[in-house]
Amino acid sequence: MEQQLKQLEQEALAKLQAAANLKELNDVRVAYLGKKGPITDLLKGMGKLSPEERPKMGALVNAVRENVTAQLEERVAVLEEQAILEQLEKESIDVTLPGRKVRQGNRHPLTRVIEEIEDLFVSMGYEIAEGPEVEKDYYNFEALNLPKGHPARDMQDTFYITEETLLRTHTSPVQARTMELKKGEPIRIICPGKVFRRDNDDATHSHQFMQIEGLVIGENIRMSDLKGTLDALAKKMFGDDREIRLRPSFFPFTEPSVEMDISCFKCGGKGCNVCKHTGWIEILGAGMVHPNVLEMAGYDSKKVSGFAFGIGAERIAMLKYGVDDIRHFYTNDSRFLSQFHRTEG
Amino acid sequence: MLVSLNWLRQYVDIDGIAPEELAEKITRSGIEVDAVIDRSQGMTNVVVGHVVSKEKHPDADKLNVCQVEVGEGDIRQIICGAPNVAADQKVIVALPGARLPGGVKIKKAKMRGQESNGMICSLQELGVEGRVVPKAYAEGIYVLPKDTVPGSDALELIGLRDTVLELGLTPNRSDALSMLGVAYEVAAILSQEVKLPEIQYQTVSEKAEDYIKVSVEAKENPLYAAKVVKNVKIAESPLWLQHYLMAAGVRPHNNVVDITNYILMEYGQPLHAFDYDALKSSEILVRLANEGEKIVTLDDQERSLKAHNLVITNGQEPVAIAGVMGGANSEVTSDTTTVVIEAAYFDGFSVRRTSKELGLRSDSSARFEKGVDPNRVLIAGERAAQLLAELAGGEVLEGTVAVDDLDKSPARVVVSPDFINNRLGMKISLEDMLSILNRLQFDVEAANGMLIIDAPTRRQDIKIEEDIVEEIARLYGYDEIPMTLPEGNEQIGGLTPYQAKRRIARNVMEGAGLYQAVTYSLTSDELAQKFALKAEDTTKLLMPMSEERSTLRQSLIPHLIEAAGYNVARKADSVALYEIGSVFLGKTEDELPYEEEHLALVLSGKWVDHAWQGEKLTVDFFVAKGIIESLFEKLGLTDRISFEKANVDGLHPGQTAAILLDGEKVGIIGGLHPIERKKYDLKETFVAELNLKAVLGAEVEELVYASVPRFPAITRDIALELDRSKPAGEIIEVIRAAGTKLLKEVKVFDVYEGDKMEAGKKSVAFSLTYFDPERTLTDEEVVSAHNKVLKALTEAGAELR
Ligand SMILES: [Zn+2]
Repeated sequence: MEQQLKQLEQEALAKLQAAANLKELNDVRVAYLGKKGPITDLLKGMGKLSPEERPKMGALVNAVRENVTAQLEERVAVLEEQAILEQLEKESIDVTLPGRKVRQGNRHPLTRVIEEIEDLFVSMGYEIAEGPEVEKDYYNFEALNLPKGHPARDMQDTFYITEETLLRTHTSPVQARTMELKKGEPIRIICPGKVFRRDNDDATHSHQFMQIEGLVIGENIRMSDLKGTLDALAKKMFGDDREIRLRPSFFPFTEPSVEMDISCFKCGGKGCNVCKHTGWIEILGAGMVHPNVLEMAGYDSKKVSGFAFGIGAERIAMLKYGVDDIRHFYTNDSRFLSQFHRTEG
Repeated sequence: MLVSLNWLRQYVDIDGIAPEELAEKITRSGIEVDAVIDRSQGMTNVVVGHVVSKEKHPDADKLNVCQVEVGEGDIRQIICGAPNVAADQKVIVALPGARLPGGVKIKKAKMRGQESNGMICSLQELGVEGRVVPKAYAEGIYVLPKDTVPGSDALELIGLRDTVLELGLTPNRSDALSMLGVAYEVAAILSQEVKLPEIQYQTVSEKAEDYIKVSVEAKENPLYAAKVVKNVKIAESPLWLQHYLMAAGVRPHNNVVDITNYILMEYGQPLHAFDYDALKSSEILVRLANEGEKIVTLDDQERSLKAHNLVITNGQEPVAIAGVMGGANSEVTSDTTTVVIEAAYFDGFSVRRTSKELGLRSDSSARFEKGVDPNRVLIAGERAAQLLAELAGGEVLEGTVAVDDLDKSPARVVVSPDFINNRLGMKISLEDMLSILNRLQFDVEAANGMLIIDAPTRRQDIKIEEDIVEEIARLYGYDEIPMTLPEGNEQIGGLTPYQAKRRIARNVMEGAGLYQAVTYSLTSDELAQKFALKAEDTTKLLMPMSEERSTLRQSLIPHLIEAAGYNVARKADSVALYEIGSVFLGKTEDELPYEEEHLALVLSGKWVDHAWQGEKLTVDFFVAKGIIESLFEKLGLTDRISFEKANVDGLHPGQTAAILLDGEKVGIIGGLHPIERKKYDLKETFVAELNLKAVLGAEVEELVYASVPRFPAITRDIALELDRSKPAGEIIEVIRAAGTKLLKEVKVFDVYEGDKMEAGKKSVAFSLTYFDPERTLTDEEVVSAHNKVLKALTEAGAELR
């Protein structure tokens, strides 16, 4: 019987080793360790043995049983691992194939520029003021020290709707309206929006474009405040190493009036095609609010002062991104728009 | 304004400063120099020649063989094709080796077998603009006076060894529309003196007042002065004068006309010369024109006048339009012997209106429009008399005949140094301020802590304290202004809730894969109301530049469709654009249209294209609707929005809905009608437009956290057989209305129309979720709630499957 047991053990172990997969292994388990298997039969047949042989035989059967079970488990582990490896091999993919990208759009470059400027000024305590695109002659011109017949308001440049209404030629009427609304209170606003001029559309002209104007009114607002503010703007939009310079200019609604240049961001001031070999690039117009403008809106020009500036969003975007034709902003070619997706800096 | 530095040098010392440096200083202190033009353009080897003889070329009809002396005893053969070349002329010769403008190099050459050792030049060949070349030489070579010396430097002689500064003048600086005005500016910058012309001349014993009477019947002409000069000999002006004019961009004519133009440029005071005999009266009367009165102007055009146009008459008929243009009837001609010089002050507004109406803008009208210096009018007349005597052999009659009511007093500005420094944020000393004002030749006195300033009348732009602030600052240097930020800010900046939500709307659109477009507000009359949510009266331009941009839009969709077409025409297989912009509706009380901000989108072609996975999806109604629903979800409006089948011109009648917020229409969504698609060659295209003002303006409740569910939800499915035309939305409404507060969610999970259904029917399956946040629901409770729903559905005519 002991002989028989040894043989069974050998057989079982051989079959365990031969089993190629978990199913075959299970068959071996059932065949040798199952309730109807030979080892169980042997245990059942133990009753025929003598009492002194019984414990010996019992221990022997258990040892065989444990050994087979242990080997079986070991074998199961090996085969399970093998099965997983096979599964993984089957599931292997080409990771260099493109992913399922999530569709994403983005802001128009002009909005991108405007929001960047809005955010800068909001951080400096400004509010964003907006107004209608169709304006009254009064707010667009008269309230800004441009009475009817003033040489600086040429009929050629303005789209009139009636004698008294027009498409605004700048966002300054928003300033005039805000001043009227604030009734003598301090003001800090930035006014973005669409404006219109009678121009034929070409590479550098557009009958519709975007402006951002700023206005600060309060006690003791100085020209040095304007200069410091414009310097912050220049650095934000074109980099921390930009320098600015002011040149005298003329606008009917400011006195003194200036134009601001920034040192060329391409050549750093040495001279190149971007700056027309001057080292400087003209960016915007600004000035101290004309006392007539203050008085007309009900401010006491002896007590308060202010500054204003106006920027063309297209000009900033063209310089910043190197866009060579203003019409790109209005044809909405996806190949153009999609270039303004990523972050900078 | 073109400023010849040779000319400028007559009034102010600019020796020892390079033209570029001078230009930079002028620009930085107030007047922008647009260009620095070297008139010699690097030309070399251009000399005076004497045409000794001229023979016809033996083999070419239009060519001449000239022997030209280009230096003592140095005679060269030069072939010349100019029609006006003649023997014994003094001409300009470019010798072999010469470089001319436009990269032209002169070499020895043979022309039809004849040797040519140089070129006889026209002014144009020397880089002078054709429009300023005297008419006599416009079509040929330029001929020099007889007394010029062969071999001498021709460029010097004709004033091309000069640099011209082109000034870009702002409207306030009309004082710089004259050489003297520029001289004052340059003198202030360089701390120099201004040398004014010395005016001296002899008069004859006859009196001007015996020749002419002057009367004025219009307030637009506060000063009219006439001087009379006899025995004038009309001829070409001396070379220096002609070349100053050409450098200033003015074409020389004859000495009398040139003198008036010279003084126009020198003093900025327009003058006019009449032929005394042609006036046919001894009277000048300035008055307003009679309506419809006619005059033939110097350019031979007959002009019909209006009653507000100011005219100069001989007492009867007009002889000039004041400040704008002279009449042909009194023009100075080669036969003129006696001239009347007009020096006058005409009201700027009147001149501007008249010159605009007649389309006649001239150097004269440009100066009158901006206001000439009241104190230079009479001086300019004297200067004219002097030059007519010196350069045209005229005899000046004694006296000036004038009507003069013109206020010539300077503008007084009183300002404190503190005001100036406070406004600038600087600390400029009183001494520095006084020094600057003196350099500007402003009359200034410091008294009681104030500066009392009388600005010279040539500076019409100086009126108020702020003007003085600018003068001080610009000459002190804007670079010296420090950089500060405004003090005392009591305001916290930020976006309004509307502005913040608008940015969120942009984020939703872009997160959904759409690019932001910007299109034009102006459109054609035809497209203005197309797709409008509510079409109202349109707003049209008074004078559009084109029909295409004549009317303000009432919907953003037409231009977005155009943009989609533009992209598809450039082979884009997928277009997804949105725009936020205003539409213009009707008219409000204050005469302006009502402006409403809208958001619109267009989707066309492919939507999903994961090519190698074989996953493709073309845009459809539900892609567009899903994007709009995402926006409403983000805005917290999901429960207040409904979609209702609708008809919109230009959209697919079976795939269009109105979008309702709290039952009010706030938008449309739909497929583009095939006929519309065809216009732009578009495939499946869907559009939507929302009244953003209403949508972002809708107030929503504060966001309050609801406890995360701790008890299980129970779902029940219902499948219904419905008429094909029955909107699922209505069924959902029925379910929602009947469901107790335990009903938390209704979802459509299947829609089937097909073979297995009866014709005209569809099957729609709904999944209903019941839930109570406080406890686990019992079966009975769910059954009871669900039965209410089923009952309501049956009552509504839905058939359970
Ligand atoms: Zn550069």
